[in-house]
Amino acid sequence: MLKELFHKKRHYATLGQPATRPVPASDIPKGLVDKCKSCGAIVIAKELKKHLFTCPHCGYHFAVDAPSRVELTLDEGSFEEYDAGVTSVDPLSFPGYPDKVKKAQKDTGLLEAVVTGRGTLDTEPVIIGVMDPRFIMGSMGAAAGEKLTRAMERAAETATPMVLFTASGGARMQEGVLSLMQMAKTSVALERMHEAGVLFVTVITNPTTGGVSASFASLGDIILAEPGALFGFAGRRVIEQTIRQKLPDDFQTSEFVLEHGMVDQVVNRKALRDQLSLILRVHARKGWTSAD
Amino acid sequence: MPTELDFEKPIRDLRTKITELHELMAKSGVDLNGEIAKLEHRMDDLSRDLYEGLTPWQRVQLARQPGRPTTLDYIHGICSEFMELHGDRNFRDDPAVVGGIGLVEGKPITIIGHQKGRDTKENIHRNFGMAHPDGYRKALRLMQQAEKFGRPVVTFIDTAGAYPGMSAEERGQSEAIARNLRVMAGLKVPTLCFVTGEGGSGGALGLGVTDRIFVLEYAWYSVIAPESAAAILWKDSAQGPRAAETMKISARDLKELGIADDVIAEPLGGAQKNPQQMIATVRKKVIETLDELTRLPIAELLAARYDKYRDMGTFVER
Repeated sequence: MLKELFHKKRHYATLGQPATRPVPASDIPKGLVDKCKSCGAIVIAKELKKHLFTCPHCGYHFAVDAPSRVELTLDEGSFEEYDAGVTSVDPLSFPGYPDKVKKAQKDTGLLEAVVTGRGTLDTEPVIIGVMDPRFIMGSMGAAAGEKLTRAMERAAETATPMVLFTASGGARMQEGVLSLMQMAKTSVALERMHEAGVLFVTVITNPTTGGVSASFASLGDIILAEPGALFGFAGRRVIEQTIRQKLPDDFQTSEFVLEHGMVDQVVNRKALRDQLSLILRVHARKGWTSAD
Repeated sequence: MPTELDFEKPIRDLRTKITELHELMAKSGVDLNGEIAKLEHRMDDLSRDLYEGLTPWQRVQLARQPGRPTTLDYIHGICSEFMELHGDRNFRDDPAVVGGIGLVEGKPITIIGHQKGRDTKENIHRNFGMAHPDGYRKALRLMQQAEKFGRPVVTFIDTAGAYPGMSAEERGQSEAIARNLRVMAGLKVPTLCFVTGEGGSGGALGLGVTDRIFVLEYAWYSVIAPESAAAILWKDSAQGPRAAETMKISARDLKELGIADDVIAEPLGGAQKNPQQMIATVRKKVIETLDELTRLPIAELLAARYDKYRDMGTFVER
């Protein structure tokens, strides 16, 4: 879906404007050098990593693969992965789907678009989920839904807060209504977590759209977003072509949705870990609590 | 330096004179310390008398002084760490209301309040602290979040009133305020509010149904701003001073009427004369009160909250 998004060639300066369009999977840095999609600077891979995959020149946030995100977020060596063997089947015998999955698996070294597990962040226990934008655009099929649901169930049962980094084009079309129902399945699990009073934090990364935005991504007790991330339900092209409405340039960016009340804060990746740490500490401490 | 009001002129004049004497002494070498001490003494007396004897209208003017600490100043003075949370998850993030989570002496807390600007530009952004429904809905969201995680809620009230305008009406200003009143009545965590400047009407009350109500010494709190009352009652908003007098809107009046649990002393001449001292006083009050309120089981706290509001208002029955 994202590939189809219309790229308008700009003939004018875009001073100070964050990159707003979804990035293709190839945006993930993989070579020795990478080119910034926003300012065009050539950045050495090592340098890029030092800057947590943000451009040292303009601050543009490159996409981050799931293993790197885990590494950036958790205390070193604390990560224990859950359910690494859960993977997709082809329930609708959708033409080409198995090959697509196989290719994504080969390209990413992952079996599914979501990595889940537990670890610590500044010594606070946390259950983590990370969607990998390289894996069929981070789309959610039954396997991803199952992994997320299990992580949520564990969070509820063990009263461990969960932090989920979203990056997804939405529900995986090749699994039809079964993928649609993963929105319901994860939301049902989140209701249990909510009832148990367990903290759920989402971090919106580029892009978070469609069924993922209309389910767990929007259900965080606290919702943070990385700068310039696309966050919305129906994409620009769908809106422009179905109701023929012209949309502002910053439509559905983190900054736009912050102003419209949908996220708590836009947080630069370099400050993200500290903010998550504060959130976890605020929710882990006992303080002025009344007796029952 | 905060701006000063007309009735503060005698003090300002004396201060100018003292400064001049200091300069003269430095230049001429003549010992004027005696003179200076005398003038300083007189200034102290004058200040005390002046601020003791303020009329209700002068208090209203003090409550509106731009140099007074705003909600964000209190928040950052009270919390060792704080994170602002934005948005009503519905339509907009209202800059006229701020809120978030933080730690006070290592204990979690949710703080919410009206936010006025420091200058014209910020005031336009903050809509002069006059909230839309979006602001009340953000507050509601944060209060329910606090309840879910069992941390107390402290609110700061400083608004001339909820925003009266079409955009606010379209989105249900009344509904937003009304819902807050009901939800605050049942929040299963200790709650307290400080009226720090202006407590204007339903816009103030929308953050104000709490276990304890504290009013700063020079703050006002009433059913309507005095100018608006004058406009309605006497068709003349210039008669604000008269309305301020009649309506019993000052902190002391509120204590007498049984609305304020406590009047919080301000630095002489108002919070704007010494914001740090004011913030420290409020911080101490927050900690003391929460220590006290958490000694009660939650059911008793809620019953006491019910009784508090149940008993408001006087009448006779024949």
